Amino acid sequence: MSTLTIRNLHKSYGAVEILAGINLEAQTGEFVALVGPSGCGKSTLLAMIAGLETVTSGEIWIGDRLVNSVQPKDRDIAMVFQSYALYPTMTVRENITFGMESRGVPKAAQAEAVKRVAALLQIEQLLKRKPGQLSGGQRQRVAMGRALVRDPKLFLFDEPLSNLDAKLRVDMRTEIKKLHHRVGKTTVYVTHDQVEAMTLASRIAVMNQGSVQQFDTPKQIYDRPTNMFVAGFMGSPAMNFIPARLTGSSSISVRAADGTDATLTVATPLPAGAPKDVVLGVRPEHIYRFTTDLKSRKPAVESMQAPVELVEPTGAETLAVLRLGALEITGRFEPDDAPIMGETIALGIDMSRACLFDPTTKALL
Amino acid sequence: MTAWREPPSLTSPEQPMSMHDLTVPVATPAIPWRERLGTMVPILVLAPSLVASFIYVFVFTLWTLYLSLSNSSLMPTYGFVGLDNYASLWANRRWNIAYTNLFLFSGFYIVGSMAIGLLLAILIDQRVRGESIWRTIFLYPLAVSFIVTGTVWSWLYNPVDGIQAFVRGLGWTDFSFALTANRNTAIYAVIITGIWQSSGFAMALFLAGLRSVDPDLVKAAQIDGASVSRIYRRVILPTIAPIFLAVAVIQIQFAIKTFDLVAALTRGGPGVSTTFPAIYVYDLMFQRGQIGEGAAAAMMMLAALAVVLVPYSLWIVWRRRAEGRNG
Repeated sequence: MSTLTIRNLHKSYGAVEILAGINLEAQTGEFVALVGPSGCGKSTLLAMIAGLETVTSGEIWIGDRLVNSVQPKDRDIAMVFQSYALYPTMTVRENITFGMESRGVPKAAQAEAVKRVAALLQIEQLLKRKPGQLSGGQRQRVAMGRALVRDPKLFLFDEPLSNLDAKLRVDMRTEIKKLHHRVGKTTVYVTHDQVEAMTLASRIAVMNQGSVQQFDTPKQIYDRPTNMFVAGFMGSPAMNFIPARLTGSSSISVRAADGTDATLTVATPLPAGAPKDVVLGVRPEHIYRFTTDLKSRKPAVESMQAPVELVEPTGAETLAVLRLGALEITGRFEPDDAPIMGETIALGIDMSRACLFDPTTKALL
Repeated sequence: MTAWREPPSLTSPEQPMSMHDLTVPVATPAIPWRERLGTMVPILVLAPSLVASFIYVFVFTLWTLYLSLSNSSLMPTYGFVGLDNYASLWANRRWNIAYTNLFLFSGFYIVGSMAIGLLLAILIDQRVRGESIWRTIFLYPLAVSFIVTGTVWSWLYNPVDGIQAFVRGLGWTDFSFALTANRNTAIYAVIITGIWQSSGFAMALFLAGLRSVDPDLVKAAQIDGASVSRIYRRVILPTIAPIFLAVAVIQIQFAIKTFDLVAALTRGGPGVSTTFPAIYVYDLMFQRGQIGEGAAAAMMMLAALAVVLVPYSLWIVWRRRAEGRNG
């Protein structure tokens, strides 16, 4: 039993409310990512789970134990910090054994545990070194070793990869995923990087301004974001938001660059109470160059004309900035089939993958 | 520099650099005098103080060294007498008391002020209310000169109108507190006063050190299950170990130079019981007209300082190199 349950959790510093009623749960062995822009309260939430911050109101359960007022050391958790927080005057071995030493674990058992973890993380050759003599990636491993050695109920990660360079970050991300598969511990992982959250987590909690906007699987979050914040935050380049007018129960019209209105058929009929004005959300990869062949393969693709303002080749894909009425939208194309700057292309929008939002409530329709 | 060739910017200010310019056989391009002046400004500004330091530190040190080997009495003279002054210095009971006092005082003073300073720093580091007020109070003694400290404490120690008289006035008529009146305890009066004076300074340095420790380290140790005392002992204090050394070195050189505190507090008495080397040097040189022996005593003080400072400087250099190696 190593579940985590958070019920209606609040945190305020004086009059400033940091967390406004968080509800969250993680099943045994689950990997939950907390993602959001800086200042959204995700790190505070993690610190509260760890017991490093007090709870203003609400409940935190680890397993079947209410831990609101339990000391960090008695919560049976392990944490990896953004700064790694390795004890600078101790060797790697001492860093790893410090927790066991504090808890009075016999020396023989300590040595055994260090051996196991060092083998798991391949840091055997580093055990005699001090943190100052390690590279960023090695420090990261040692920090994870210190957390792993304890065999805790809950693993907490606080932006563990943000101090690494881009390439190492991708490597370590893979390693964390592998490691989680192998040890299967319940994990809460804080990050501001939506790619990290998407790749690692079994469920993602997208946070903004102290509340959870959506808590769901990565696929669901990506495909059916509950509101425009989640839609805009997850995915890079971001989802295109196109103002549109409702013209029927399942058709909307969008102003094209030449001032004419293009009518698009919505894949799923809109609910009765939908507002007249809506926002059409389309991810860049659901924008195509329209062909009859495409239409036969994807019947939900709707077409309209759009001039190409800018082309950005990245190698693996080519991003094109297209003009649509007063706004610019981004489309993601195959490099071989990419539009050329200045041309006007017939745009295909996959309406089965598009989302419609209410512009006033920002919620998904 | 190349004096025979005018800087190009003066001869042809508007002319752009051409291929011809590149082929002129000049090893180093002439630097405009303004730029040269610019690079020399720091040297020019620092020169007077560098020259002064050189003269006052090195020249006078060497002069004192020579005087200590000479037969100088009331005025410096240059008859070479070898180590005679040192021999007579070490044969003197008062000098031996002074040197012993120096070690006794340094030991208690440094350990005492560091221990109290560290304790105060740790207490203040617990996010106490009105932190800046406490800090100011504890740091205040340092702002008071040694002369004033010594004078005020000499009143406090005075049995007739100091602490003893005050407590007796409250009704404890048997109370006795007269450290400075007894030749065996007078040195401890000096030590206590010294600790009072400088533990605030130690506190300030320790507090700065404690504040520089990454708060994540403490959190990690908390999660690791370490108690507060264990966190301080194993994580925080080892991290600020260099500060201990810095504080100790600063205090030691304070201790070795101790003069005005003792001069104001006990005047070396009762008898000669609180004589310090600096007081003895002053006595020999300016009161008794034995400049040669005074210089020898001064050299012994320099030796005591060197014993502390030379290894420290070497350690600093070594550490910087070690850090350079590890990135």
